[in-house]
Amino acid sequence: MNLLDLLGHDFMQRALLAALFTGLAAPAIGTFLVQRRLALLGDGIGHVAVTGVALGLLTGTSPTWTAVVVAILGAVAIEVIRELGHTNGDVALALLFYGGLAGGVLITGLAGQGANKLHSYLFGSITSLSDADVWFTIGLGVCIVAITLGLLPQLFAVASDPEFAQVAGLRVRGYNLLVAVLAAVTVTVAMRTVGLLLVSALMVVPVATSQQLAGSFRSTLAGAMGVGGLAAVGGLLIAASFPVGITVAPGPTIVLLALAMFASTWPIGVWLRHRRRVRAPFPAVPDDGHDHHVIEDGHAHVHGDDCGHPAVQHGDHVDYVHDGHRHAPHGEHYDEH
Amino acid sequence: MLNALGAPVVEAQAVTVTIGGRPVLRGNDLTVREGEFVALMGANGSGKSTLVRALTGLRPLTQGSVHLFGTPLEDFRDRSRIGFVPQRATAAGGVPASVREVVASGRLTRRRLLRLPSRADRTAIDDALEVVGLAHRAHDGVSTLSGGQQQRVLIARALAGQPDLFFLDEPTAGVDLPNQHALAAALRTLSERGATVVLVAHELGPMASLVDRSVVMRDGRIAYDGPPLSEQAVHGHHHPAPGRHDHVPHVGSPFDTLEGGR
Repeated sequence: MNLLDLLGHDFMQRALLAALFTGLAAPAIGTFLVQRRLALLGDGIGHVAVTGVALGLLTGTSPTWTAVVVAILGAVAIEVIRELGHTNGDVALALLFYGGLAGGVLITGLAGQGANKLHSYLFGSITSLSDADVWFTIGLGVCIVAITLGLLPQLFAVASDPEFAQVAGLRVRGYNLLVAVLAAVTVTVAMRTVGLLLVSALMVVPVATSQQLAGSFRSTLAGAMGVGGLAAVGGLLIAASFPVGITVAPGPTIVLLALAMFASTWPIGVWLRHRRRVRAPFPAVPDDGHDHHVIEDGHAHVHGDDCGHPAVQHGDHVDYVHDGHRHAPHGEHYDEH
Repeated sequence: MLNALGAPVVEAQAVTVTIGGRPVLRGNDLTVREGEFVALMGANGSGKSTLVRALTGLRPLTQGSVHLFGTPLEDFRDRSRIGFVPQRATAAGGVPASVREVVASGRLTRRRLLRLPSRADRTAIDDALEVVGLAHRAHDGVSTLSGGQQQRVLIARALAGQPDLFFLDEPTAGVDLPNQHALAAALRTLSERGATVVLVAHELGPMASLVDRSVVMRDGRIAYDGPPLSEQAVHGHHHPAPGRHDHVPHVGSPFDTLEGGR
């Protein structure tokens, strides 16, 4: 069965739609988590959600809904601990993470379910989605994107400087709780696509990729959503195109594709940042006659526009940088600055 | 200008702040009148930052009261009248943001939810960038700016909301001299436009000529309130600043909380 045949199947079309909306929604909320330096929050919520899934298995209700409820409770608890805690907030979070994972595995055992059942939630099972699952994913994905984009100025202000935002009259606690709840909902939406253990990757890796090239918050957010959407759809197609007999879960291919996109933009980002640093103007300090030497023994090399040495603005003239020197042309000779 | 007859903008009465059971500010009265430029000075740990945080509502009062523009702080909703520049080493977060984006968030006090910025918003942001002399860097990433330029971005952010009253918490800490001059020029523009300024500073440097009233804190109390003092008079003699003084002995445990927060 080749890829085109596969695309004709209902289950594959459903999976592609779910992947696309998950890939757009997860980085949208992930950008705010990275801005608040909470990149691992998604991971924490994912661990807590394992208990939610297990409770669903134990009680016979839909694991998706119990996961949503428990993930939201966990996210709110993490937010409250973070806000009240004096220090060592990360330790408090770690306690919650491991409690969630251990509780989930234990309760799954009590429910008489094997590791296989839990496995499909930990690593995703996108090709077994029903129509209702797809509508659920699309609906929540649209909600998450609409809320994050609609409240972008407020969420940005709160994430980048909560004290300023509070003095400006924004309800900082409310917005932080909103981000935590949205993150929890995202985790449960992405649970079916990439699995609980890899959710955080889809929230963070696209942002890390996008910020290599972007210069502003908006462009980072837009770029991250693009990378997330591409990685989710591309990763699913890669997983589907393996030859018959080899079954690869789409979660890992989606995350590895996103990581490959990061790996390919990272060197460009390093180069851009290096160039910006080298070209930044030198501060123009008042000339007190001390740091101004004429190069006496001639300068064999003639500096110019394309001599290969970085030309850096320095006050009203240009310095050429090489071998730890800053040379400024001055009439017939060069000055050492 | 020293303004003994102007309307009181900030009125603090018997302000007492307790952090983790330890009184950090004890019974401080302070009145700042319209148009004044007040420097709040004192050694590290004397409580000057805590006082500003109490005046802006960031730090709950244990006792006493604060009125801003005649309204009790807890009922004060007219947030666009205050501009706050918090004590921060950097204006950058985990995600790149442009200078203009950071300054634009200062305009939120005047913007309604789910509305695009109006022409007035854009003009105010342009003007704020102009005042701090960073209009040419508007589209650069904040993290590419020097520390002093980032402080100017934070001032522009407060300015963008066009407030009447500014609180600045140590904007010059760790800022090089050319940037201190640029900061002082921006504050002079503000002051000349009639804004009231409360500036927390360990050292005034080029801003000394702007100050028309000094308030000196010592160990949680206002020790001096009057005409500007030289730094010599405030600190005695110049000595290297000791490390941060912790108001509360630091014992950390995951779920421990402090009444009154951190």
